Amino acid sequence: MALHCGKTCRQYLLHLAHDNVDFRLPEIKALLSLRGRQCEPSETFREKSPFWRLHGLSEEDVRSVMSRTVCAKSVFELWGHGRTATELKSSLMEYPRESMATFLQDQSTYKINVYTFNKTLLFNDRIKKIDALDYLPFQGKVNLKDPDHIFCLFEDYGLDPNDIPEEPLYLYFGRWISDGQRELIRSHSVKKRHFIGNTSMDAGLSFIMANHAKVKPLDLVYDPFVGTGSLLVACSHFGAYVCGTDIDYNTIHGVGKASRKNQKWRGPDENIRANLRQYGTEFSYVDVMVSDASKPVWRRAELFDAIITDPPYGIRESTRRTGSHKEVTSPPDDFSGESHVPVSMAYHLSDIFADLLNFAANHLAIGGRLVYWLPVYRPEYCEEMVPLHPCLTLISNCEQTLSSHTSRRLITMEKIKQPEVTDALAQLADPRFSPYQGHNSFREKYFSGITKKNEKGNDKPATKEGEGS
Amino acid sequence: MKLLTHNMLTSHVKGVINGYPLLIKATEVKVNEVEFNPQFVSRMIPKLEWSALIQAAEGLGHLQDLPGTPIENYENDAEFLRKVHRVLLEVEVIEGSLQCPESGREFPISKGVPNMLLNEDES
Repeated sequence: MALHCGKTCRQYLLHLAHDNVDFRLPEIKALLSLRGRQCEPSETFREKSPFWRLHGLSEEDVRSVMSRTVCAKSVFELWGHGRTATELKSSLMEYPRESMATFLQDQSTYKINVYTFNKTLLFNDRIKKIDALDYLPFQGKVNLKDPDHIFCLFEDYGLDPNDIPEEPLYLYFGRWISDGQRELIRSHSVKKRHFIGNTSMDAGLSFIMANHAKVKPLDLVYDPFVGTGSLLVACSHFGAYVCGTDIDYNTIHGVGKASRKNQKWRGPDENIRANLRQYGTEFSYVDVMVSDASKPVWRRAELFDAIITDPPYGIRESTRRTGSHKEVTSPPDDFSGESHVPVSMAYHLSDIFADLLNFAANHLAIGGRLVYWLPVYRPEYCEEMVPLHPCLTLISNCEQTLSSHTSRRLITMEKIKQPEVTDALAQLADPRFSPYQGHNSFREKYFSGITKKNEKGNDKPATKEGEGS
Repeated sequence: MKLLTHNMLTSHVKGVINGYPLLIKATEVKVNEVEFNPQFVSRMIPKLEWSALIQAAEGLGHLQDLPGTPIENYENDAEFLRKVHRVLLEVEVIEGSLQCPESGREFPISKGVPNMLLNEDES
């Protein structure tokens, strides 16, 4: 427990929120890499724990992470830690007094919080824990309302709510540095957003996606299945310029049936631009268009710094593209032989992902990221099912469980090289796409586990449903 | 539709080889003030097809006397960047259409939103 080697190996304690557990490490890694830093957790690191000790970072590094993260609640300068109160004490006694002194002086005010994970302590017990820290040379005055410095004693009682130990498994003590951006989850909640649809992405996950995509100020970000623009809202909050397309005219123009309860039709000015205006980022609005993600409407160049999207997979919104069943079934998989008809047809999931990865390979800047959701039928899932592309390297793959047999995975890829002619073709032949081949294969599996009375509701082909937006 | 978007769009009508740039036929053009960010404009300039931008701006009567090629050291010329900013982000086509230069197919723009979907009779 060598904490006494000065600034260079100062440790920080990250206190993480205990939701979206799978998404936390890729988020923190992405945010650190925006600063050109690696994530160096301690040797005892456990990803599922709400407390992470990080090495090798400066205070600016951790502050910059906190200015973006929605997974971490706060960060602390770690003064000591240990498996028991005695170990914590000896660790704190090793922390250099001169580093403590500035924050403990007699003119300053302070407060000490006690935070326990997986156990609730009585008020009196908390006071006792604070009193037990009397070996620390606090000189200042206690001020609970507006202290100059905040300290926190953390007690970790493990992850199992059915087996809570009497004594904590681990203890930490540190000085508060800064909070993360959890507040954004409330301030950007879709409940209070002007324009929403049936499948608007929740605020927390939208910000997580923008962080996984390493979206930064002045980036140009594109969402090919933009819907009501939830992902663009998150990206623009981080200073990126945003644009998007959707095949649904009504959504893009904000007309038709409303998604809110007690509201039949959409009101005037319900559109993505108005959403950005609501959050003060209208300057970052570039454009939205009615367009088919399977068609090459963008000139071939490295136009975008990030592509971030939630493709439809036929459960709550239909998968559509322009074209018709008849023409396409005769010359299958022949891109140039395709013909267009005004009616829309099912957009096979395998094609959605093949098109999306090819598009990203062609239109992302080198180092730019593609972040999207992949629906998964859990009993059949294996890592090999995640689509790959020779120009894109897989960065992370995080699961969000939807039901006992389905989930969706947030896939993050980074462009590492320019595409060559062969790259696109190799991709189409990739057997990985077979789980998603065939019209509605995922949809059928999704509903296979649900034994509902109204079977006929599930038999409807996805293409005919008007519920999507 | 802003001219930044126009600069990135191309015709995808089947069989068309030279679908770029799309010809703008505007019936309503608006200038919306947008917060000026010189860094963003500087960042965009190397990504642009400059001649397509000039052609589009001229067609809409908003050329701002921009030259045929970007000036040197544009990063440091606030006045130049402001003009480019106006053309890229402030001039908006509200009503009109985008025409494929080769096939003549028109993509309508309504309420500022281009509709790039193709119909049966055009393919």
